[in-house]
Amino acid sequence: MAGENPTTTEYIQHHLTNLTFGELPAGYMRDDGTVLTESMWTIAHGSSEATAMGFNAFHVDSLAWSFGLGLIFCLLFRAVAKSASSDVPGKLQNFVEIIVEFVDNNVKDMFHGRNPLVAPLALTIFVWVFLMNLMDLIPVDVVPELMMALGVPYQKIVPSTDPNVTLGMALGVFILMIYYAIKIKGVGGFVKELTLHPFNHPVFIPVNLFMELVGLLAKPFSLGLRLFGNMYAGEMIFILIAVMYSAGLFFGLFGGLLQVGWAIFHILVITLQAFIFMVLTVVYLSMSHEDH
Amino acid sequence: MELVIIAAAIMLGLGALGAAVGMGLLGGRLLEGTARQPELGPMLQGKMFLLAGLIDAIPIIGVGIAMYLIFVVAPTVGA
Repeated sequence: MAGENPTTTEYIQHHLTNLTFGELPAGYMRDDGTVLTESMWTIAHGSSEATAMGFNAFHVDSLAWSFGLGLIFCLLFRAVAKSASSDVPGKLQNFVEIIVEFVDNNVKDMFHGRNPLVAPLALTIFVWVFLMNLMDLIPVDVVPELMMALGVPYQKIVPSTDPNVTLGMALGVFILMIYYAIKIKGVGGFVKELTLHPFNHPVFIPVNLFMELVGLLAKPFSLGLRLFGNMYAGEMIFILIAVMYSAGLFFGLFGGLLQVGWAIFHILVITLQAFIFMVLTVVYLSMSHEDH
Repeated sequence: MELVIIAAAIMLGLGALGAAVGMGLLGGRLLEGTARQPELGPMLQGKMFLLAGLIDAIPIIGVGIAMYLIFVVAPTVGA
């Protein structure tokens, strides 16, 4: 986003670029023409710089927003739990109780093993993912423009439109799945499940192993990509409607109307996706607790 | 440039096709199930929303990628 009036493509790309912090190699020519004499850690200006930073780069905005939202969730729920009373509960306490009960009922329905970790994990995932998705409903231009005025070049405020965040959470779930599968069934049981599952005969071990491994790896992958894809598509549509603001008063107003309509529909999507992420986590963990 | 747009069209069209069939089956079976056993209605509806979200995911991901192709990739390829 170099000039005062960006083209549509530049506008969209600006909205889809994370604030990246990473190390630029020595001898790299930056976008403003200066050549680095030695490698340095800095904030990327533009996607080519972000690409040059390679693997060891941090998406500062995703990290900050997701940590902040997680902190809001933890502190709010903790405060309510500490001050919970058995008198007539306040509105906030009612609200928190509804969420906790909702998650608790779902976990009781779907999880058949014994594990004190699963219900709190489900609650955390549900509320956290919901809060991260909720950032989608903030008008797309507000925060990035505000940050531009403060001198921050990029800001992508919906952490769940960053595949690093969603796949990171899915990876966390995957590690728990493997951990509990080995803990409950033992290494032997886990290996047996992988090798002898659909066809219980030693000849079929390679076939079984291939099928089960694909199934196992597809779980976290689809879990993370589903959330990412939904939020990314939703964000994309918000941005595209926002492009209409540049086409005069009539289209601007029409775009505003569309924006409201899509936002109202999106309330359903963000809740549903948070719920699905939670349900699938519980189901996957339940599967790794089942002993054959 | 044209090929990028055709790719986006195929992505949108086939995604919508599959999801529409799935949604139709899902809704139809929900009605059948609730007609047969009305007391299971709320439980089935909750499950239906979950599955609707699962079905919904693939076409909506397709929409996102297609929009990216049309509005970001296609102009840069054409220029």
